[in-house]
Amino acid sequence: MSDASGRGSDYEQAAAGAQKTVAQFDDHERGWVGYIQHLLHTTPALVPLIVLMISITVFGILLGTRFFSPFALTLILQQVAIVGIVASAQTLVILTAGIDLSVGAIAVLSSVIMGQFTFRYGLPVELAILCGLACGTAIGALNGFLVAFMKLPPFIVTLGMWQIVLAANFLYSANETIRSQDIEATAPLLQFLGTTFKIGADADGRGGATFTFAVVFMVLLVVLLTYILRHTAWGRHVYAVGDDPDAAELSGVNVKGTLVSVYAVAGLICAFAGWAMIGRIGSVSPTSGQLLNIESITAVVIGGISLFGGRGSILGALFGALIVGVFTLGLRLMNADAQWTYLLIGVLIIGAVAVDQWIRKVAA
Amino acid sequence: MEPILQARNLVKRYGRVVALDHCDFDLMPGEILAVIGDNGAGKSTLIKAISGAVIPDDGHIRLEGEKVSFRSPIEAREAGIETVYQTLAMSPALSIADNMFMGRELRKPGIMGQVFRQLDRAAMEKFARDKLNELGLLTIQNIRQPVETLSGGQRQGVAVARAAAFGSKVVILDEPTAALGVKESRKVLELILDVRARGIPIILISHNMPHVFEVADRIHVHRLGRRLCVINPADYSMSDAVAFMTGAKEPPHIDQAA
Repeated sequence: MSDASGRGSDYEQAAAGAQKTVAQFDDHERGWVGYIQHLLHTTPALVPLIVLMISITVFGILLGTRFFSPFALTLILQQVAIVGIVASAQTLVILTAGIDLSVGAIAVLSSVIMGQFTFRYGLPVELAILCGLACGTAIGALNGFLVAFMKLPPFIVTLGMWQIVLAANFLYSANETIRSQDIEATAPLLQFLGTTFKIGADADGRGGATFTFAVVFMVLLVVLLTYILRHTAWGRHVYAVGDDPDAAELSGVNVKGTLVSVYAVAGLICAFAGWAMIGRIGSVSPTSGQLLNIESITAVVIGGISLFGGRGSILGALFGALIVGVFTLGLRLMNADAQWTYLLIGVLIIGAVAVDQWIRKVAA
Repeated sequence: MEPILQARNLVKRYGRVVALDHCDFDLMPGEILAVIGDNGAGKSTLIKAISGAVIPDDGHIRLEGEKVSFRSPIEAREAGIETVYQTLAMSPALSIADNMFMGRELRKPGIMGQVFRQLDRAAMEKFARDKLNELGLLTIQNIRQPVETLSGGQRQGVAVARAAAFGSKVVILDEPTAALGVKESRKVLELILDVRARGIPIILISHNMPHVFEVADRIHVHRLGRRLCVINPADYSMSDAVAFMTGAKEPPHIDQAA
């Protein structure tokens, strides 16, 4: 140290001739691969969109108008509506680097509460629906509390909550299904989201684009959440918390509050999915929605949302759900074994995660 | 001259370990004060106490003569003390502008902002661009670029610009050159001098003696949980400073603290 003293920083003489600007933000040379990587990095929903377009085109060519008709294409929308809604909730949670395994259970319990409150206690159906929505929100908030304040891993919290909620659902409902006819007669509002309407059908009411209100709800939800995530402070905080919670905390983000609100909103959205489920199957069944967990996570992963948090968009999850829907219907129309669907979806999942890893390498 | 930031008698214990032992601290307006000390001397605890990350067991802190007691870094920040952490505290996937305004976003005026909570992205990006330009972080092509696509020096530059933009009273820099190469360190040092030129006092924590001696106006030597002495870098050599720091040499008797 002693001979360095007094003379300052000789070893830095080499840097004296360097550029004087502190940091230049120029884009360095990159080839078309780098360009694509950058594009995907800024718009992660692009990959699932391209895959969706290609799969629709391929099935359209293979199956002709049997597949490529307003009726068939809107049928896909109807079939993915519930998964799409739940996948939106799942996306919010996964963006915070968490995971929610209790989405399906929350949806079922909420639908059972909507039904039982109406039929067992004779509550007005509007009130029963509000109770179901409140219950979903409360379970979500409890998940969030355990994750944010108890510092428990989201996987464990929601794994436990899944079992608890599902068991509570069977205990409370006494494994009893409320029949479709009864609902139709006394509380049709429960089936509201299953109501269909047609655009462009022929005189006999066949063909044409057929929608349910659940589809409309899903689209509105995706639009709303896209706006919130992109254009509000809360949305930016969701990404920051998922990206690096310590950095977010030091930057002044209320990390715990954001986490609790994310899980609570996810619970609320799942409760809406529960309502949509009554519309879809007609009855209130405590055994419905068993596959929603895995289907929603599949849609989210195929939709290019990173399981490590902080990357991806709601739109991606919608595309992911639609891709699964297109494969399912397309292969069924081709009379292929249903296992082919699962096989191809498995390939897509692994492919999507590989692409995510590649995008993450973008850092200079 | 009154110190802008003054701490007296700070005590912080972790179990039986005394991290701060009746420590004093003074920062004068417009100066760069370097804080040096051996590992475990308690300098990071001192800095955390000042920036609100640690609540001292005893003693008090005055900012511009007013007594303050921060319970979180957010409170210190609201009082005008900005800290650039060694980890930089940035979200890599978010843009430069998003990061600069993280936790203090601007909303659009009128109904879009109040009812729909819409962010005023244009205003935030303009502000971010202006601040980076002011500090000579020129030629930014894309303020929406994610932070992870920047080099280490560029990230440090953005973090310092963020602190300088919002730190109205004091900016604390924790080891700003530790992770950087020679060339990038040089640029960050210039940036530090730029910030001082704008009248904002800086607390610089660093292990790098050449950097400390180059930019600091005064050097606070921390040893065994307290301020050992404050020296003027013009009067002492780097080896003297290291000797004070390690206890190999008696500190000067005339305290130049204030």
